[in-house]
Amino acid sequence: MAGKIVFEGRKGIHLLFLVCVCVMWCFSQVKGAIDEDVAEADIISTVEFNYSGELLATGDKGGRVVIFQHEQESKNRPHLRGEYNVYSTFQSHEPEFDYLKSLEIEEKINKIRWLPQQNAAHFLLSTNDKTIKLWKISERDKRAEGYNLKDEDGRLRDPFRITSLRVPVLMPMDLMVEASPRRIFANAHTYHINSISVNSDHETYLSADDLRINLWHLEITDRSFNIVDIKPANMEELTEVITAAECHPHQCNVFVYSSSKGTIRLCDMRAAALCDRHSKFFEEPEDPSSRSFFSEIISSISDVKFSHSGRYMMTRDYLSVKVWDLNMENRPVETYQVHEYLRSKLCSLYENDCIFDKFECCWNGSDSAIMTGSYNNFFRMFDRNTRRDITLEASRESSKPRATLKPRKVSTGGKRKKDEISVDSLDFNKKILHTAWHPKENVIAVAATNNLYIFQDKIN
Amino acid sequence: MFTKGTKRKFSDPGEEPASSGDPGPAAPSAAARTLSSSYSLQRQSLLDMSLIKLQLCHMLVEPNLCRSVLIANTVRQIQEEMTQDGTWHIMTQALAAAQCPADRLVATEVLCRQTDAAAQAGQSPKPFSVVGLQEGYHSEEVVMEGDVETEVTMSSLSPLSPQLSSASYLTGPFEVGPCWEEEDEEEDHSESSEPSLMSEHSRHPALEELFSDVDPSYYDLDTVLTGTPKMGPYDLLESLSSHGPTALSSSSSCRSDLNELDHIMEIIVGS
Repeated sequence: MAGKIVFEGRKGIHLLFLVCVCVMWCFSQVKGAIDEDVAEADIISTVEFNYSGELLATGDKGGRVVIFQHEQESKNRPHLRGEYNVYSTFQSHEPEFDYLKSLEIEEKINKIRWLPQQNAAHFLLSTNDKTIKLWKISERDKRAEGYNLKDEDGRLRDPFRITSLRVPVLMPMDLMVEASPRRIFANAHTYHINSISVNSDHETYLSADDLRINLWHLEITDRSFNIVDIKPANMEELTEVITAAECHPHQCNVFVYSSSKGTIRLCDMRAAALCDRHSKFFEEPEDPSSRSFFSEIISSISDVKFSHSGRYMMTRDYLSVKVWDLNMENRPVETYQVHEYLRSKLCSLYENDCIFDKFECCWNGSDSAIMTGSYNNFFRMFDRNTRRDITLEASRESSKPRATLKPRKVSTGGKRKKDEISVDSLDFNKKILHTAWHPKENVIAVAATNNLYIFQDKIN
Repeated sequence: MFTKGTKRKFSDPGEEPASSGDPGPAAPSAAARTLSSSYSLQRQSLLDMSLIKLQLCHMLVEPNLCRSVLIANTVRQIQEEMTQDGTWHIMTQALAAAQCPADRLVATEVLCRQTDAAAQAGQSPKPFSVVGLQEGYHSEEVVMEGDVETEVTMSSLSPLSPQLSSASYLTGPFEVGPCWEEEDEEEDHSESSEPSLMSEHSRHPALEELFSDVDPSYYDLDTVLTGTPKMGPYDLLESLSSHGPTALSSSSSCRSDLNELDHIMEIIVGS
């Protein structure tokens, strides 16, 4: 929860919510191996809190999903927020082989999206490049004992030996968390799925690949509606792909999708069955003075997220984060530079392919702050009200319990101050692509390669 | 370093890009844009790099389509600019005259698929969509007439393309490589193409330095300018192949194309 300051001003008592940048972020936990040698399968590829923030799911390149649960604060140590501990681990996707194309289908989990909780069980959608699965995660803490037809160890009893009938009794047992695949939505995408998004009606969801977006009903797996198709008749004319898509948080007929040319299209499903024609088209005019051969690549949008209010949306391109008002299409209302010092290094970043890294971005619960990742295990937070920003690092060095994170700075000029790091010293292999913000509290989850860092604000 | 009598290469220090690795922003109009040696070298190296990236997309796992499209768009952008500068046409024709080894051409044929896509993306003129193996002959004829406009060259070549559909993949950029970087070949190429390029030289003195690289001194200058030894796409591919079989799932299709191209080469060269 946001901290509160109460002070007496000229006009009476004011209640001030601590803005998130003024928050002192401190280390809470880190999950994952400490080895220098990182197994490729352990690299985290997606992070997502559920609607209440009680559960935190991660997916990795090996196709596994690990869910952490927030433990209740203990009464003995009230100043400590509860910790996240492993709740469930399961193999969501396996590697497959497409025999038709002679190509492997990676098991890497591209996205996880939670469904709103409707009963005791939890549901989430997880997807790799081709197949989406609906998983049910349920708890079992009771077991039936005293069956008539089988023994306690499960062996069938000889029917002739049964002389009396009894009613099985439910006995408590150790908590067991089971994950079972309830639906498998397959064979609907020719290209690689980059996004899934649950609709506000809680009945449908969309999935987007490079060229198409499909609308599914959660109950129906053998059919989906194609709502966007930008595949040209002649593939040789292809110059633009879909990079991300999301449903509006409140209007179940509205969704947006972003492109590799830096544009966002908002579509209304009531207008037509095939939403190739957008209702709104968001694009910022290019600055001609900064044009280079890399202009298009760095304008490619890697993530798009609606604000919780549904009034704004945020896009992430290679160097910046932009906040758009849905009512204004010709330019964003806010632009935040994430790592402008990389602009002069674009050629090298193109050479080592870093320029194609897809960074994600996220809002905090109140839409007052946004967060995104960078290189060298740095991540950035921007306060929309005060326009202040902060750079923090997810590293083992600053991983002491409740240690406050020290703000970091990259030196751009010639003279490097103490504690600053120069651009050439940045480690471009340590990239933070996936971050998540708790929907209600100042708790953030940051994925740094194979480690998951959890930070929270200092509670006084 | 420099052999006797070598002319100092044209260079415009005023157009030097600000940072070491970046080609820098393009000037508003092609006319205003001076072809500085450094800029064109960096642009060329960016083009080579992009083509290699497209080639290396062919792996066991399906390549990232977004990345491929972005790289192909970058290649197209460079080619468009080079077309406007006139350098594209020069290189295309100069390279077609060179006897490029078939296996190198095949290696880039895979590249060409992507670039072909970018090339034909509704742009006219299309300097790279119509080039065939016989292009060298025809383009020389065209140039002799004193016309260096790429549009005219295109229209005169277009009837040729259907016959050499597979060879049409052998478009400009790849042919630049050997002629720029292979010392052995450039002597041949310069002898055969010099007559045709004479008219070019008089019109585009800035371009002279692109093709007066008969002697190795050019490479020394190149090394001096960029500070790094130049490695063309073919060198990289060769070094890759020398490390054992690469995971090119398209190798089988490459082999059939190789045989096809070998066959075509034999017909044309008449060997």
